[in-house]
Amino acid sequence: MDIHEYQAKEILSGFGIEVPTGALAYSPEQAAYRARELGGDRWIVKAQVHAGGRGKAGGVKLCDSEAEIYDASEALFGKNLVTHQTGPEGKGIYRVYVESTVQIEREIYLGFVLDRSSQRVMIVASSEGGMDIEDISVEKPDSIVRSTVEPAVGLRDFQAREIAFELGLEPGQIQAMVRTLQGCYAAFSEMDATMVEINPLVVTSDSRIVALDAKMSFDDNALFRHPQIAELRDKSQEDPRESRAADRGLSYVGLDGNIGCIVNGAGLAMATMDTIKLAGGEPANFLDIGGGASPERVAKAFRLVLSDKNVQAILVNIFAGINRCDWVAEGVVLALKELNIDIPVVVRLAGTNVEEGQKILAQSGLPIIRASTLLEAAERAVSAWNSDNAHSTRNSGGAS
Amino acid sequence: MSILIDRNTPVIVQGITGRIARFHTKDMMDYGTNIVGGVVPGKGGEVVDGVPVFDTVKQAVEATGAEASIVFVPPPFAADSIMEAADGGIRYCVCVTDGIPAQDMIRVKRYMYRYPQAKRMVLTGPNCAGTISPGKALLGIMPGHIYLKGTVGIIGRSGTLGYEAAAQLKELGLGVSTSVGIGGDPINGSSFRDILEWFENDPETEVIAMIGEIGGPQEAEAAEYIQKHVTKPVVAYVAGLTAPKGRTMGHAGAIISAFGESASEKVEILSAAGVTVAENPAVIGETIARVLKEKVTQ
Repeated sequence: MDIHEYQAKEILSGFGIEVPTGALAYSPEQAAYRARELGGDRWIVKAQVHAGGRGKAGGVKLCDSEAEIYDASEALFGKNLVTHQTGPEGKGIYRVYVESTVQIEREIYLGFVLDRSSQRVMIVASSEGGMDIEDISVEKPDSIVRSTVEPAVGLRDFQAREIAFELGLEPGQIQAMVRTLQGCYAAFSEMDATMVEINPLVVTSDSRIVALDAKMSFDDNALFRHPQIAELRDKSQEDPRESRAADRGLSYVGLDGNIGCIVNGAGLAMATMDTIKLAGGEPANFLDIGGGASPERVAKAFRLVLSDKNVQAILVNIFAGINRCDWVAEGVVLALKELNIDIPVVVRLAGTNVEEGQKILAQSGLPIIRASTLLEAAERAVSAWNSDNAHSTRNSGGAS
Repeated sequence: MSILIDRNTPVIVQGITGRIARFHTKDMMDYGTNIVGGVVPGKGGEVVDGVPVFDTVKQAVEATGAEASIVFVPPPFAADSIMEAADGGIRYCVCVTDGIPAQDMIRVKRYMYRYPQAKRMVLTGPNCAGTISPGKALLGIMPGHIYLKGTVGIIGRSGTLGYEAAAQLKELGLGVSTSVGIGGDPINGSSFRDILEWFENDPETEVIAMIGEIGGPQEAEAAEYIQKHVTKPVVAYVAGLTAPKGRTMGHAGAIISAFGESASEKVEILSAAGVTVAENPAVIGETIARVLKEKVTQ
């Protein structure tokens, strides 16, 4: 789960990391008022969206007066900010953060991630702050310092000092950097984060170490023990279909194609999407309805897949292990009858009681296209979509 | 003797009194798995479906001589149960639980390393379907009837995609020596590389099939290991060619976040290591069959 910059800064500041003074606003009026409260004569207005690359996309503006803040905020609110991380539709701006500025001496990149190779928390730092880490690793790979944390003893001070010295900090700045690294690690491990990124972390002209930006992501599997983090979820930053799916315990990712997929198991769901592509089609979504596929879940899945108006055919691929195909088939028949589906539906069942399942589909009187293998199912879905598409009226604008 | 489990391996079920655990315990017993006990703190002395329940793993091991365990404990408590198994003298543990926090798994892995290698428990999972040696024992939640006994060793991250592969093999009359689910989580007990080593040393396995997916470095690490240490032919399929970058595809670990983590990059890395790659999921079975045939005719 992602959170906003201002929320990450609030959390990190609780762990001793210095951040600029700032305040949140929900309207241009409030933004201007916040600036007056903060004092000073120069501020920065930052769009709060769950994506990086805001600066380049015009989501961060330097302002020298309350009037400028008003205008800058007004231009941001209600817009969708499109950055290289958001996709073409962008993310809606409903909050801006107004911050005091600091005198920057130098910029550092600092990231904490779960490293899957060492199976530990890894610190990644670079003296080339302000650039994306992807760009740093291409353009200035030698500037990157990495260090993994031994989970039994946590981050040791010597490791933090090593990083600080390797970044070329002055002797007088080392202690502040060690405190910053220790604070980030404590926040990462105590809050079950999966990522903490401060870019840039700056050294100010008076030798303070300040987090100018902050990003945090959290482990969804650990939210049960961090209700205060779970509360920070912002649905305005999520794809509405994915939010709805998540609320119903289904795992859904929207894509750009026309063939909706309903599958049990994440690996099989990806394999099904791949096979659709192989057969010449494009999948409309990833959807894992879980290893066991009850009739209720199948019905929910149909509703969810159909909420994407680009879907012009549906492929159901269920490998019944623990549950039974006849049970799943009943769910499919029930869903089709209830929802009045008028696009081609291809069903492939495999596993326990497959013959009984096929019989139920055949005897339902519904125009269900059956398939016995994964490839056959994908080919039938694509060809049904092709022939149906020639005279389809469901959504003439959605065909691509 | 198959790898990890055999007909006689005495098994305990951690969290045996839960609804799902009970269902699968019965299923495993019907398959022939030697279930000797269960562990649920506070329920010691009870009997579930004829299986005695103990309060602690240590008590269960002492009373039954259990060597393997399967964990059905809910996510908030599962990491603790795995560590209890590691400390209680269990040799092989399967964790089925989905949704364990990643940092709990980091601690589990660190904890397991406090034991010398000879005494260190082998863990597969979490978030996996388990392990089956067809005709011998089932330690997991997979449907036993889709696996024929044979000489193909399967390692997979995904449950149902593993079933798909086994079913394709059965359709061709081919069987499995052992199928091991390593799970879909970012931090897991055993990697492809770890299980490859078991299969390389297993006289019952002739061909190894790896079923991978997007995300993480483990397929690439396996490729390096195969090139240096595996003499048996390896077939692989990697799911997720159509998966977009930066999105989690169901499994917590199925996310492309770095170079080398996409399906096409993994396919390239595995091919370069001499692995025969099945181009699509529909031909996993026939690709294995072809490689097996080539091996026999050599």
